Amino acid sequence: MEAAVLSGGFSDPALQSARAFRAIMDAMARPGRTYILDGGHGPDGLSRAAASAVLTLCDPDTGLYLAPSHDTPDLRRWVTFHTSAPLVSQSEASFALGAWDSLSPLDPYPIGTPEYPDRSTTLIVERAGLGDGVAVRLSGPGIETTQDAHLPDAGPFVRNAALYPLGVDALFTSEDQVMALPRSTQVEVL
Amino acid sequence: MSKKYDFAKRQDWLGLLAVAPQAEVSDGLDRLGLSPAFTWLRKPQIGSVMVRGRQGGTGAPFNLGEMTVTRASLTLEDGRVGHGYVQGRALQKAEHCALIDALMQGEEATRIADQILEPIAKSLAAQKAETAGKAAQTKVDFFTMARGED
Repeated sequence: MEAAVLSGGFSDPALQSARAFRAIMDAMARPGRTYILDGGHGPDGLSRAAASAVLTLCDPDTGLYLAPSHDTPDLRRWVTFHTSAPLVSQSEASFALGAWDSLSPLDPYPIGTPEYPDRSTTLIVERAGLGDGVAVRLSGPGIETTQDAHLPDAGPFVRNAALYPLGVDALFTSEDQVMALPRSTQVEVL
Repeated sequence: MSKKYDFAKRQDWLGLLAVAPQAEVSDGLDRLGLSPAFTWLRKPQIGSVMVRGRQGGTGAPFNLGEMTVTRASLTLEDGRVGHGYVQGRALQKAEHCALIDALMQGEEATRIADQILEPIAKSLAAQKAETAGKAAQTKVDFFTMARGED
C-alpha cells in the first residue's frame, strides 16, 4: 500500500469541507459562473476541484460511478479510503465522475422520479479548461438575464433541461475551478 | 481460555491494539525509544460504529448498539502506512496504534512484538483469567440425584 495513493484528504476537514461545500452551493445557485474549489487533491489525473467535490459530497450512502476515463485502481482506493462511498454502476449512481466523452451519453443515469426528483445523478465532469468547448447562453433560476458559458456539448444539456423537474445536475471541474449546470437552467446554443 | 495471538498477522496485532490499555501502548513506544517522523493521512477523528451481532452466532443479524471509535491513519517517511482503530475517545492512543501498525510492517516488527505486544497480551489474559476465576468461585453445579424409578 503506497502512501501516495492515500494522501490528499482535507488536512483541516471541518473548515475545508465547509468552504468547499459553500463553493459548490454558490456555483449551483449561480449556474455558469466559475468558483474556486480547492483543499483536497487526489491521485494523478484528478483535478483539485473534482477531488474536493468528491471529498465533500460523497459518503457511505452515496454511490459513485467512475467513468472509464477515471476508473483506475489508485482512484478507487483513494475514494474508498477517504469517503467510504460505494463504487456503483451508472444506473445506481448518486454521483458520476469522469471526462465528458467517457461519462456521456446521459441516458443511463437516474433522473429521479416525480415523487422524488432528488433521486438523480450529479455529474462531476472533468475538463481541461472551463472556457473550452461549445459556446452557450444560459438562462433560468439564479441568472438575472443571461449568462454565457462553454460546455463540452450542448445537445444533451438542452434535452436534460426539458426533463425538468427531473434530470441530472452537472458540476464542471478544471484545476481549482468549478462551474455548475443544474437541471433548471435553460441552454441555448450560440 | 484466552485468545492466541500470532503477531505475524496484521489482523492479530491490530485486534490486540484496539483493546489494549492506552498507558501500556504509549509506555511501550517510549521504552523502545520509537518516535519516527510521520505525516497524517487522516488525523485522529472520533466517530461511532454500529456493533452488530447474531443470536447464537448464526441467527439473523441485529444491531446491538453504537460504540465510540477513534481512528487515525499515517505514513512514515519510508512509505509504510499505518492505521489505528481503537475503542473510545482516545486520540493519542489511535495515533500510537497507527504508529505501531506502520512499524510492525518493517524490521522493528520482532522487537515490538516481543517487548510491547506480548506483555500487553499477557496482562490482558491475566486480567481475564482473574475475572473468570472470581466468577468460577461462585459457580453452582446443579445435578439431579438418581430418582430411583425402578
